[in-house]
Amino acid sequence: MDLKGKKIKLHDNALRDGMHSVSHQFSLDDMVRMAVALDEAGMPLIEVTHGDGLGGSSVNYGFGKHSNREYLEAVVPKMKNAKISALLLPGLGTVDDLAMAVDCGISTIRVATHCTEADVSEQHILKARGYGLDTVGFLMMAHMTSPEALLEQAKKMVDYGANCIYATDSAGYLLPDDVTDRIGILKAEFGDNVEIGFHGHHNLAMGISNSLAAIEAGATRIDGSVAGFGAGAGNTPLEVMVAVCDRMGIETGVSVDKIMDVAEDIALPLMPTPTRIDRDSLTLGYAGVYSSFLLHAKRAEKNHGVPAREILMELGRMGAVGGQEDMIEDVALEIKKKSA
Amino acid sequence: MAINCAMIGSGNIGTDLMAKLQRSANLNPVWMVGIDAESDGLLKAQKAGLKTTHEGVDGLIPHIEEDNIQIAFDATSAYVHGENNRKLQEKGVLVIDLTPAAIGPFCVPPVNLKEHVGEQEMNVNMVTCGGQATIPMVAAVSQVQAVEYGEIVATVASKSAGPGTRKNIDEFTRTTAQAVEQIGGAKKGKAIIILNPAEPPLIMRDTVHCLTQTEPDQEAITASVHAMIKEVQKYVPGYTLKNGPVFDGNRVSIFLEVEGLGDYLPKYAGNLDIMTASATRTAEMFAEEIENGTLTLKKLA
Repeated sequence: MDLKGKKIKLHDNALRDGMHSVSHQFSLDDMVRMAVALDEAGMPLIEVTHGDGLGGSSVNYGFGKHSNREYLEAVVPKMKNAKISALLLPGLGTVDDLAMAVDCGISTIRVATHCTEADVSEQHILKARGYGLDTVGFLMMAHMTSPEALLEQAKKMVDYGANCIYATDSAGYLLPDDVTDRIGILKAEFGDNVEIGFHGHHNLAMGISNSLAAIEAGATRIDGSVAGFGAGAGNTPLEVMVAVCDRMGIETGVSVDKIMDVAEDIALPLMPTPTRIDRDSLTLGYAGVYSSFLLHAKRAEKNHGVPAREILMELGRMGAVGGQEDMIEDVALEIKKKSA
Repeated sequence: MAINCAMIGSGNIGTDLMAKLQRSANLNPVWMVGIDAESDGLLKAQKAGLKTTHEGVDGLIPHIEEDNIQIAFDATSAYVHGENNRKLQEKGVLVIDLTPAAIGPFCVPPVNLKEHVGEQEMNVNMVTCGGQATIPMVAAVSQVQAVEYGEIVATVASKSAGPGTRKNIDEFTRTTAQAVEQIGGAKKGKAIIILNPAEPPLIMRDTVHCLTQTEPDQEAITASVHAMIKEVQKYVPGYTLKNGPVFDGNRVSIFLEVEGLGDYLPKYAGNLDIMTASATRTAEMFAEEIENGTLTLKKLA
């Protein structure tokens, strides 16, 4: 694989996807320290919000320790070069939340829908373009539809005004060839008019390989998080990605040494348990289940005595999509009833 | 004598509503209004012998007096409802609003239908499908003890969510959250909607989370929830308690499934049924009022 000379933009998700790993309990100081260190390491784009984005704080997904406004207001003014992005899931966050985030100084908004439901993003993408934001259409659980169908959904988001489209492997289920097919078809359609991005999860340890496949197929934005801080077995670990890119001659603009230090000295000590591929997060990748379900399933195991793995497998069979965290307890209770 | 009705909007909701009105003893569906001559809803209405127009509400207005239309159901979208409502009210037509526009007061029949009797209202709003499915449960809890926070999660099959719902999804979350507070009785409300494309389509699922102010009275809340389920079942037989109420500290969680009657879309689309059944029940109450003279429709300029 020859990727020498390619330029990509890395997008760190530790302060957003990583919120899942800490049940949305980062302190303002945690956020600021990590963001400042990432900025210093040369990370161009950093996402900051509740794990489920703007409007995410809830019983269903967990209440944030602070509001999104508090997090954004703490982090944005501290950035020297890095830009801050926010995530918005229509059906949960609204254009009012978007207005708040704009007021706090975000430069990028990622409007996320299930990979077949892009048309719920119209009002948010239109509004974001109106604000002049870098507007990303974020098609989640991209393994649940064909590359051709994914392209049709991407076209809708581009029509609404998105300037960048992501194939998002929320379940960490895709294998490199699947990534090549998805990114390839998007690139073939949009050429240089629309940026293409890839968001990986490391549940099958494919974070790096999938990201490389994405770059080879034409993606120029790659998500990950420092120390893999994120849902499930984490996101593509960015310090590893930066090192690999450096070896392969891919330009990221991020310092290998500095990002290693952020991972080791700042991110790792903030993890309640190290982000790793345990049997439950492996199950996410194996069965194609939304990575954020992990801790909720572990909690249901504790409360109702049903193994998390069994709950996750059943959610995979049901075709649960991102956001259906409410089904986790329900499935646990159903399994319990059946085994009683 | 049945009251003559018009349906504005020939999409999923309007077409499902037509089937419900055809079975009603005191409502008579006369007009179906659409904007696309080829729409399935308009074709079905023609087949059923209704008068139709594809010119929107303007195509209906000239016929209101001659056909004595007294109640109109608006199942278009929050954005056009304001204008539709104005035109209909000028003609003295009572409007049942099935969009999330929420110009008029909210109506969730098992909770507050009776409060609308004798109020001389010319526009009532049916909240949203998710609101109709979940607010009775929030109310069932808040009738027992104070609810600090009520949150609802409505999951519907992708096939049952039409373009209007998708284009205006923020109106769904806002209007539902507002009604969780106003009608459900929660001090603060939040609403979440999820579309799931699974095949075969999933039956509408709803989860209701309430945080009570003080430790929940488990026995009283459980009894209240079961009683309310029976009330809703009177007009939506497929409304069932799947699990719960689950108690965890001050959290009360209720897991529901709403199976429809399969009038227009198949049974999975309980979200259509609960909306159209609630609107029908509301309109029937107003029809009784019109018939017995306690409600006089007036033309509003």
